[in-house]
Amino acid sequence: MEALTKDLLVFVETNEDGTAKNVGIELLTPGREIATKQGGELAAVVIGYNCQAAVDTVNAYGADKIYVVDSEEYAHYTTDAYKKALIAVIEKYGPTSMMLGATNNGRDLAPRVSCYLKTGLTADCTGVDLDEATGKVAWTRPTFGGNLMATILCPDTYPQMGTVRPGVFKKSEPVAPHAEIIKEDIHVAAEEIRTSLLEVIKEEGGETVDLEGADVIVAGGRGVGGPEGFETIKLLADAMGGVVGCSRAAVDAGWISHAHQVGQTGKTVGPKIYVACGISGAIQHVAGMSGSDCIIAINKDADAPIFDVADYGVVGNLFDVIPALVKEMQ
Amino acid sequence: MNILVCVKQVPDTNEIKIDPVKNTLIRAGVPSIVNPFDGYALEAAARIKDKDPDTKIIVMSMGPEQAKAALKECVAIAADKAYLVSGRKFGGSDTLATSYIIANAAKMIEEKEGIKFDLLFFGKQAIDGDTAQVGPEVGEHLGLPQVTYVLEASVEDGKLIARKEVEGGIEVISCATPCVATFTKPSFDPRFPTIKRKLAANKAVIPVISDEELVLDETMIGLKGSPTRVKSTNVAQKKSGGVKIAAETAEESAAALYAALTEAKVL
Repeated sequence: MEALTKDLLVFVETNEDGTAKNVGIELLTPGREIATKQGGELAAVVIGYNCQAAVDTVNAYGADKIYVVDSEEYAHYTTDAYKKALIAVIEKYGPTSMMLGATNNGRDLAPRVSCYLKTGLTADCTGVDLDEATGKVAWTRPTFGGNLMATILCPDTYPQMGTVRPGVFKKSEPVAPHAEIIKEDIHVAAEEIRTSLLEVIKEEGGETVDLEGADVIVAGGRGVGGPEGFETIKLLADAMGGVVGCSRAAVDAGWISHAHQVGQTGKTVGPKIYVACGISGAIQHVAGMSGSDCIIAINKDADAPIFDVADYGVVGNLFDVIPALVKEMQ
Repeated sequence: MNILVCVKQVPDTNEIKIDPVKNTLIRAGVPSIVNPFDGYALEAAARIKDKDPDTKIIVMSMGPEQAKAALKECVAIAADKAYLVSGRKFGGSDTLATSYIIANAAKMIEEKEGIKFDLLFFGKQAIDGDTAQVGPEVGEHLGLPQVTYVLEASVEDGKLIARKEVEGGIEVISCATPCVATFTKPSFDPRFPTIKRKLAANKAVIPVISDEELVLDETMIGLKGSPTRVKSTNVAQKKSGGVKIAAETAEESAAALYAALTEAKVL
């Protein structure tokens, strides 16, 4: 399709309580920059049910226009309903470029939309800028298991689309709300939604692991030695007000569930503090946590590659260092 | 049930090393493997077949002639038949063009086999490209519903029942068929081939669907059909290491770390 405006559109995913998911707000930061460089405005689309709270947040973080699709059929994410709503908004307003958070839902939805529109989509970006030579968005993303960074352009089709990793960009400072709020009446009949949610199973023990939203993650790897070793990891996580993560080795060994896994085959995270305990630092793990603000490594092996990415490293046995560190904190 | 499992042969990214002088990827000698996530998709299909032996599992791969090795491995593990989709005109395709080719190849296989696929299974992403786009895009080309990030799947009353990984837990989703499902790593290991199946797979003839047989709109395939362009690639920059603490005792190290973190206002 042709672009009708020079705007950049950010898709803001909502939680079931009608608030905005963090990544959507984070994307307003690079969104503003690209929109300005493109010579357009920063637009956002909020889809959900009773999602005024999300609209208010998007407004507070400086969007110029907010398209609101608020209806019961969007209470829970479905590919079919969200696709229909998002395509309707894109076709009506014709943004030049568009960003979505690279959450599970974002990566479920974006390829359906880009494929329908026959436009280009770049997945799981860790950098976005405007390419000076072409005036197009330059989407940068890790590939080959994090070994290679590729920069992708979408030169001829619109909107230029990308999903962007949570935690890569930081929320800007709130501004005086000024957005034009445009309500969109888009409905999806029940029979158009071909999936149904039968059951929600929370992580074992009633505990949910929100690695992507966590400010602090304390992660354990092979060096943890067994399921009981994760009690020590949890000790530090609790002391720091964080959640427990792990490397693939710990999941493969059966010590902890995959829901905790950080890395290429797990979650990509960007907390304020990431503590890697007994994790050697394989590139697949690093690919999932290198966006953290501060990385602390605790490892017996002074040559472990994790120390190359750590801001602070302690060479030592995690079972000695962690209790001592917790004591210091108290 | 007729299940199509789409697989990709990928370099084992665990084995990729960086040339420290030229700062480029060393690809020579890197083994080719079946994309692990596609292996989980195949296992999911095999588990459906375990319950319903009338299930037919066909694997397909788009790639060069060498990808037949990956297909044979899938036949050894669980597939009844394999097709390779291969042709120069398909080269240079991004995910949009690739998914268009795969969607059309799937239709051609349906014709050749005289069946309709109820389920199209994919790995959630390939470990070389990591886009997670081809499965959903095939679903879009074919107008099928989808479930992504599936851990386990079964079939009940003609519907796919999928346990889907979401932030903070699992959702159980029922999806009308035919549909697309993309698979992530489950809590169990995929099965290994038996010796008997392995020997049989070695002898299996893998039909090739070429770009001469599968004639498609040339503006939709290859570079022409690809809306994205790679502008540049660079070896990922490694962050230089920070403060390293290795005191005599764990207590001293912990104290030094705590002091450094407090000073830097990290804590």
